[in-house]
Amino acid sequence: MLFIEAWQFILDHPRRFFSALATHVELSIGALGLAILIAVPLGIWLSTHVRAAQAAITAANIGRTLPSLAVLALAMPLLGTGFAPALFALTLLALPPILINTWTAMRQVDPDVVDAAIGMGLTRGEVIRQVELPLSLPVIFAGIRIAAVQVVSGAVLAAYIGGGGLGDFITAGIAMMAMPQLLVGAVPATLLSIGADRLFGRLQAALTPIGMRDA
Amino acid sequence: MIDLEAVTKRFAGAARPAVDRLSLAIPAGEVCVLIGPSGCGKTTTMRMINRMIEPDAGRIQVAGRDVMAQDAVELRRSVGYVIQHVGLFPHWSIADNVATVPRLLGWDEARISRRVDELMALVGMEPAQYRERFPRELSGGQKQRIGVARALAADPPVMLMDEPFGAIDPITRKHLQNEFLKILRQLKKTIVFVTHDIDEALKVGDRIAILRDGALVQYDTPEALLTRPANAFVEAFVGADRALKRLALVRADAALEPVIAAKHGHHVAGDATLRDALALMLAAGVDALAVVDSDGAVQGVVTMTGIRARTVKH
Repeated sequence: MLFIEAWQFILDHPRRFFSALATHVELSIGALGLAILIAVPLGIWLSTHVRAAQAAITAANIGRTLPSLAVLALAMPLLGTGFAPALFALTLLALPPILINTWTAMRQVDPDVVDAAIGMGLTRGEVIRQVELPLSLPVIFAGIRIAAVQVVSGAVLAAYIGGGGLGDFITAGIAMMAMPQLLVGAVPATLLSIGADRLFGRLQAALTPIGMRDA
Repeated sequence: MIDLEAVTKRFAGAARPAVDRLSLAIPAGEVCVLIGPSGCGKTTTMRMINRMIEPDAGRIQVAGRDVMAQDAVELRRSVGYVIQHVGLFPHWSIADNVATVPRLLGWDEARISRRVDELMALVGMEPAQYRERFPRELSGGQKQRIGVARALAADPPVMLMDEPFGAIDPITRKHLQNEFLKILRQLKKTIVFVTHDIDEALKVGDRIAILRDGALVQYDTPEALLTRPANAFVEAFVGADRALKRLALVRADAALEPVIAAKHGHHVAGDATLRDALALMLAAGVDALAVVDSDGAVQGVVTMTGIRARTVKH
């Protein structure tokens, strides 16, 4: 009964629903994309800079323990309300798992393989692109997968700082005790999370080099 | 071919230099073994030749060119590099691994493919069977075969080999030592070979450099090292059984004496060493063995008296 009413709500307000869905997806993809662009190169760089790595990884580990809502709440006094602060906060949320996994993966590459690569005359850039990065991809993508799920779920909370997205229906639904409307936000958001998890799980498997897959 | 002049390397925080004013000349086409106890600087010395480590002082020349005056990456592409744990790229097929340096040098694919087949056949890895395999499917010995093929790919005149057989079981090791030496000698490579195993050094080296605390103690042929050790350290290092080791340097068919007795009850193959021959004589309780060639024809004899004369004279 509740689900039929929720469905009816979507049919009655298609523009509102799809615009919220679009904002939700934009926020998620934007935050995840920005986080990848920042955390992967940073993680690679940190893998050869021990001192900087200690500080950055400690910060990332603290960042990882912060509740999603707290991160969003912290963004508001600094950046105000709307899409941009929500994007900023979600990016911040996505950074730690990607950074930590990239750094860990790069450091786990067999030193003999790297030594042979340098000894044969690969440049530093060639070693990273042709050897270290391909060998690190599975672990890096495990981090991106965790970040993706966090961002898609976290984006629900963007509504609290006026960022829009599916969270709008949930907050409104709670405020008005309108259960169908709450479901209009909650069910698609849940499906998006599950979808993101599965998508990145597949990508992770596909990007594992053939020579390293379990037989 | 390779000239080291007063080369010194000191690592930060170390009490003494890892390599201390070391000078060494390695003639073209020879195998030079660097050996010594751990921490003697043998690996550091080798790694300075292709600038994996950069010297603090002194000069290293390869084929008449100062390595520090060359681009490090270009230099490394022109020097073969083989390490103990091989370091094959696990995400690349065997063929791609062997093709590493030719690809860096921008060879066309047809030429690379021909070269890969040629090299895999050379190191005894059937190309049709192994080309598309991945490193983890190979045994330790097979991995090092591919490691050597990869190092030979662009036909470098100089090869650096850091304990290439150190991680391989003893039986395979012996086999690979014989096989690779034959290959590398045929190809007339100049080789710097690091090991801590004196038997391996005596077997593979044209010349052996014994290092201690970063300095050169003695640089000589295996024969000279065994007969005229420079000091007590070298004497101890080559071992109390150096007389036996000298016998291991000589093939039975290089020590032939004419056949006197009508018949010898025991025989030894011509390509066995005098050390093997001696062991056979002791086991059989005889004073002479017939030396036979690969067809079983008697070429001559080796005798206990002859062997004793060899270990005493010089």
